[in-house]
Amino acid sequence: MELSGWLMPVFAAAATVLIGYAMFLVWFVAPPDYQQGQTVKIMYVHVPAAWLAMMGYGIVAVSSFGLLVFRHPLADVSAKAAAPIGAAFTLLALITGSLWGKPMWGTYWQWDARMTSVLVLLFLYMGLIALRSSIEDESAAAKLTAILGLTGVALLPVIKFSVNWWNTLHQPSTGFTQTVDPSMRWPLLISAFGFTMLFLAMHLKGMRTEILRRRVKSLTIAAAERANSRSA
Amino acid sequence: MDLGPHASFILTAYAAVIGVLAALIAWLVFDGKRQAAALAALESKGVKRRSDQPSPGM
Repeated sequence: MELSGWLMPVFAAAATVLIGYAMFLVWFVAPPDYQQGQTVKIMYVHVPAAWLAMMGYGIVAVSSFGLLVFRHPLADVSAKAAAPIGAAFTLLALITGSLWGKPMWGTYWQWDARMTSVLVLLFLYMGLIALRSSIEDESAAAKLTAILGLTGVALLPVIKFSVNWWNTLHQPSTGFTQTVDPSMRWPLLISAFGFTMLFLAMHLKGMRTEILRRRVKSLTIAAAERANSRSA
Repeated sequence: MDLGPHASFILTAYAAVIGVLAALIAWLVFDGKRQAAALAALESKGVKRRSDQPSPGM
C-alpha cells in the first residue's frame, strides 16, 4: 500500500503532463494526413485505446497466472482491478474506430476479423466481471475468473495477427518508424505513453480500493462474530 | 481551427474518450472514498480482525 500510495500520484501526474502535451501537439501542431485529412486526429486516441485494451488483458492474464500458479495474494486484486479499466479502453477502441471508419471506409462497422475479435475481447472482459460478481465465495470467484482469464489470453494473438491472417477491412499494423512521419509519430507515441500512465494510475487506485474492500469485509465478519459470541 | 467535413466524427470521438474516462475515474475515486469511510467507521467502533487481536494466552 505504501509503494502504490507513492507511485499512483507519480503515474497520474505523468499522465496529465503527457496527455496534455500530446493533445497540444495533436490539435495545434500535427498536420492533417494527405489522405485522411483532419480525421487522422481520431487515431491519436484510437491507437492508444486499442493498445491499452490488449495491455489490460495482458495484466489480467499475468495476474491470473500469478494466482493459479504462485497463489500470490495481490494477483487476484490486480486481475479484478484491471478488468473494468481494460473493458473501458476496449469500448473506446471500438467507439473511436467506428467513428473513424464511417468517414474513411463508408461504414461504422464491418464483421471483419480485427473488429470482431476486439468485440469478443469486450465480451470477455464483461464475462470476467459478471462471473466474479455472480459468485459470493471470494476464493472460488478468484479461481474461476483466473481460469477464464488465462484461457481468454488466446484471443490476444488472434487480435494482433488477424490483419495478417485474414483479408480484413482494417489495415495491417503500421510500421511506426518507417511509414509514419515524425510530425504525426511523436504525438501518437506521447499520447500512447500518457494513456498508459493513466491506465497504471487507475489500476493502482483500483487495487488499493480492492484491498480496502477486503479489509472492510473481514472486519464486518469479525464484528458479526463478536456480536454473535456476545449474544450466545 | 477548420476540422473539415468530418468534424462531427472527430469531436464525437474525443467526447466519448473524455466521457468514458471521466466516468471511470469518478467511479474509482467514489468507490475508494466509500471503502475508506466504511473501514474508518468499523475501526472507530473498535472492530479488529482476528489476526490483529491478542491471542488468548497473552
